[in-house]
Amino acid sequence: MKIQNFHKASSLADAYERLERSSDAAIIGGGAWMKFSSRTLEEAIDLSGLGLDAIDERDGVVAIGSMTPLRDIETSDVLKRIFNGILPHAAAQIVGVGLRNIATIGGSVVGKYGFSDLLGPLLCMDARLEFFKEGEVSLAEFLERKGRTDDILVSVNIPSKAGCGYFKKVRKTALDFAVLNITITKTDGQTRIALGSRPARAVLAMDAMAVLNGSVDNDETTIEKAAEKAAEAVRFGDNHRASEAYRKHLAYVYVRRGLFMLEEGRT
Amino acid sequence: MKLHATINGRKRVLEIQPGDVLLDTLRDHDFISVRRGCDSTSCGVCTILVEGKPVPSCTYLSARAEGKTITTVEGVQDHAARLAGFFGGEGADQCGFCNPGIALSVYALSNEAPDADEDTIRHYLTGHLCRCTGYHSQVQAVKKYLEGLK
Ligand SMILES: Cc1cc2nc3c(=O)[nH]c(=O)nc-3n(C[C@H](O)[C@H](O)[C@H](O)COP(=O)(O)OP(=O)(O)OC[C@H]3O[C@@H](n4cnc5c(N)ncnc54)[C@H](O)[C@@H]3O)c2cc1C
Repeated sequence: MKIQNFHKASSLADAYERLERSSDAAIIGGGAWMKFSSRTLEEAIDLSGLGLDAIDERDGVVAIGSMTPLRDIETSDVLKRIFNGILPHAAAQIVGVGLRNIATIGGSVVGKYGFSDLLGPLLCMDARLEFFKEGEVSLAEFLERKGRTDDILVSVNIPSKAGCGYFKKVRKTALDFAVLNITITKTDGQTRIALGSRPARAVLAMDAMAVLNGSVDNDETTIEKAAEKAAEAVRFGDNHRASEAYRKHLAYVYVRRGLFMLEEGRT
Repeated sequence: MKLHATINGRKRVLEIQPGDVLLDTLRDHDFISVRRGCDSTSCGVCTILVEGKPVPSCTYLSARAEGKTITTVEGVQDHAARLAGFFGGEGADQCGFCNPGIALSVYALSNEAPDADEDTIRHYLTGHLCRCTGYHSQVQAVKKYLEGLK
């Protein structure tokens, strides 16, 4: 990435105005993934002076400012409390402390990366995104949209419900992308399952969720059926990390294991 | 454009380009303990401290360091020398290329979690991929170093 001008925004309105001015302007999060881009940015717009790096809990919602570094997510006591801390747990497995001190939640969400370990937990926790112009939109809806956003992500909002959660990153080496990541949450009797790094981006396993949420009791047979559905109905692909068939197998094994662990209170 | 920053305790004004990263800015100004490794945020070799926190200098935009404090090994020489003693004692030192980055991460860890146990040390150093003596001896050395600070 080449940068012709660096602009430290004085307000969100200022940042948005600069962003609208040129199709070659972009918001810079931690810049860790943008570094690999071949783009020449007429202007890199920096939000780091706008106080968007806090994690606040109010009125039943945990709001994570878009410039919050992954390391702050990893160490946040507030986030460790919700859904067995699956978001801090997922963040803690991304490369090392140094990268996590710069990579932001905003860049991780807006980038919609296939390899992302955060999108699954956020989908399962029913996260909503607060954009400067558009206002609030669900993460699930945002991920379905094609192309880049022209808006500025202000915060990622998670309902701070009582619930439990399971997250597993399957990878070949400690610092590698996941071969598959599996997230499961349960709250108010409703179970959500997300599969990411398939290698495509995380999606909710709707058919598997329907099996669980349509049954009175998540007994062994229901769990078995849900795990089979997750492997069957979600699309997986091949890449140099793993084959489609292996990913399908992993999905079955870990969805089943995760569901049992949640039922037995073992996470 | 100009970067105003406190580097190793001294206020400095450096001429930079908008897309420069701290790795180049610092090396261009003779802070040569800052090493270029993978140049892709993956190996930990180029680690420096910004506001006391370890960051990969190959990715940290210099313009973003405006008004901040930057620390390289040149700024924590007593600490680095003491740590080097433990590295030598544990056989944790070989080519030495990774040492400045690791020394800075350990310095940050000693401030963040002076009572860090072995698991915490391992976790904190995960991002330092470049370690030709292997992964165990350095953890032992850091453990002894932290104990020595008490
Ligand atoms: C070597 C390496 C290994 C990695 N491994 C993993 C891994 O295993 N798992 C994983 O989940 N992640 C991994 N990541 C990705 C990392 O966690 C971040 O997701 C990634 O770096 C993007 O975050 P950033 O803050 O650096 O965003 P940037 O690179 O700065 O930005 C990414 C995109 O988001 C846009 N953007 C940023 N902030 C905003 C905002 N507030 N509003 C609107 N648009 C915005 C930018 O314009 C850009 O298009 C890895 C990254 C690196 C460099």
